Amino acid sequence: MITRRHLIGSLAATPLLAGCDRLTNSEGFRETLRAAEGLTQHAQRLITDRTALAREFSEADMSPVFRSNGTRRPASRSYATHAAAGFADWRLRVDGLVAWPLSLSMRQVRALPARTQITRHDCVEGWSAIGKWTGAPLRLILNGAGISSRARYIVFHCADDYGPTRYYESIDMVDALHPQTILAWGLNDRPLPIENGAPLRLRVERQLGYKHAKYVERVEAVDSLDRIAGGRGGYWEDHSDYEWYAGI
Amino acid sequence: MTGSRDGRRLVFRHRLSTRIWHWTNAVAVFVMLMSGLMIFNAHPRLYWGQYGANPDHAWLQIGSAGDRGMLMIGDLSIDTTGLLGRWTDSEGRVQRRAFPGWATIPSRYNLAAARRWHIAFAWILALGGLAYWLWSIANRHVQRDLAPRSEELKPRHVWQDIRDHARLRFPTGEAATRYNILQKLAYLAVLFGLLPLMVLSGLAMSPGMDAAWPWLIDMFAGRQSARSIHFICAALLLGFILVHLAMVVLAGPFNEVRSMITGRYLLPRERQP
Repeated sequence: MITRRHLIGSLAATPLLAGCDRLTNSEGFRETLRAAEGLTQHAQRLITDRTALAREFSEADMSPVFRSNGTRRPASRSYATHAAAGFADWRLRVDGLVAWPLSLSMRQVRALPARTQITRHDCVEGWSAIGKWTGAPLRLILNGAGISSRARYIVFHCADDYGPTRYYESIDMVDALHPQTILAWGLNDRPLPIENGAPLRLRVERQLGYKHAKYVERVEAVDSLDRIAGGRGGYWEDHSDYEWYAGI
Repeated sequence: MTGSRDGRRLVFRHRLSTRIWHWTNAVAVFVMLMSGLMIFNAHPRLYWGQYGANPDHAWLQIGSAGDRGMLMIGDLSIDTTGLLGRWTDSEGRVQRRAFPGWATIPSRYNLAAARRWHIAFAWILALGGLAYWLWSIANRHVQRDLAPRSEELKPRHVWQDIRDHARLRFPTGEAATRYNILQKLAYLAVLFGLLPLMVLSGLAMSPGMDAAWPWLIDMFAGRQSARSIHFICAALLLGFILVHLAMVVLAGPFNEVRSMITGRYLLPRERQP
């Protein structure tokens, strides 16, 4: 018996749609689509000011509840120990292409001149939430470590596991040195909650949410992303083919 | 004019720029609509304002409850089981995504791939549209063929055209070489209304573009409003395409499609009074 559902199902198998699925699975076609990502990134950088600030909102504009996404609590025993101690012994390592590798305590990170910004967080899925972030400008930390002129990317290594691998993300120096790029330790005038990335989470305001690495324990300056994990510059980039440049 | 057959004439109706743009657009819009529905599936809720996420009020959402699929607009709840929110895929499995696999690119849930399709073809749509705009204003296609003449805008004339459309009385003879007033208004609305709104509301969802061009967010009063307007304009564009295709079929698909490929159109014989 042919039901309406089966009819719709067989229409889905029309050559046109099946062709689109075949193209999606073809490596050559995916490479072509990736070329558009480079075009988007370069076009945006060409027509826009590299130091343009993301809009900052007033307290009246804030989301009543700031939604969390991705890992809500890292599963490892060591993270649980840190969380129980209020992250008093958490350390942020800064290494790679720097003159003086650092290992900063949370007290030292909080002692840096902090920046507070009320910004909009845009998830790749489509939702947005506006929150008030407080943290240390990444620029200060990188300059303090004596960042090398050979550094082209900053990699953020995180404490949360996604399946067998650790979450990580990376940005280029344009975003790393941007004044609104901070390692946040506060959200809405309170210590950063665990579901939002305690004790440290990256804010890179001109890109989508998955770039904003949570549970950051190490910041590494590199000249290439090729040797890091899957080589595409981030967990979702490696595993699901998300764009590395998430400014759109 | 290139020929004559039993009193019917083959006339040149569409320029090369119009024809190239039409078919590039046909492909690009098809990909944009279907990959856009997949992107919507990642978060099937729409909001007004600057922010909007699961804890906030959505003016439109597609979801499921038990074995029913639902479309909710404001307080209105429509059972859409089998079509939206809960449907069966081509392998007979129940899926709870908003739009069904036959309407999305790719057909199985994949936000990353849908975004790659969408953003790559957005370049084709936007650059093609811009080139067509400039070219058609420069060669006076817009002013000569699309801009309504004042006598065409008289209510009597518009009403007559609506009646002709309703009775499927299509123009014949010389009148068939020109766009009628409803066509002109529809094409102008799409060219200078819907398509620019699609591009601008799409750009307004980009955090990078918002930082560089803050007027984009102001224009739509917020990123979530821009997302809603993007979706509404896509629905209107789909409506235009469906009416457009229906008119092509009713007006004689072979002749109409040929004229958009070769530019040449066989004029229907003058109606006997």
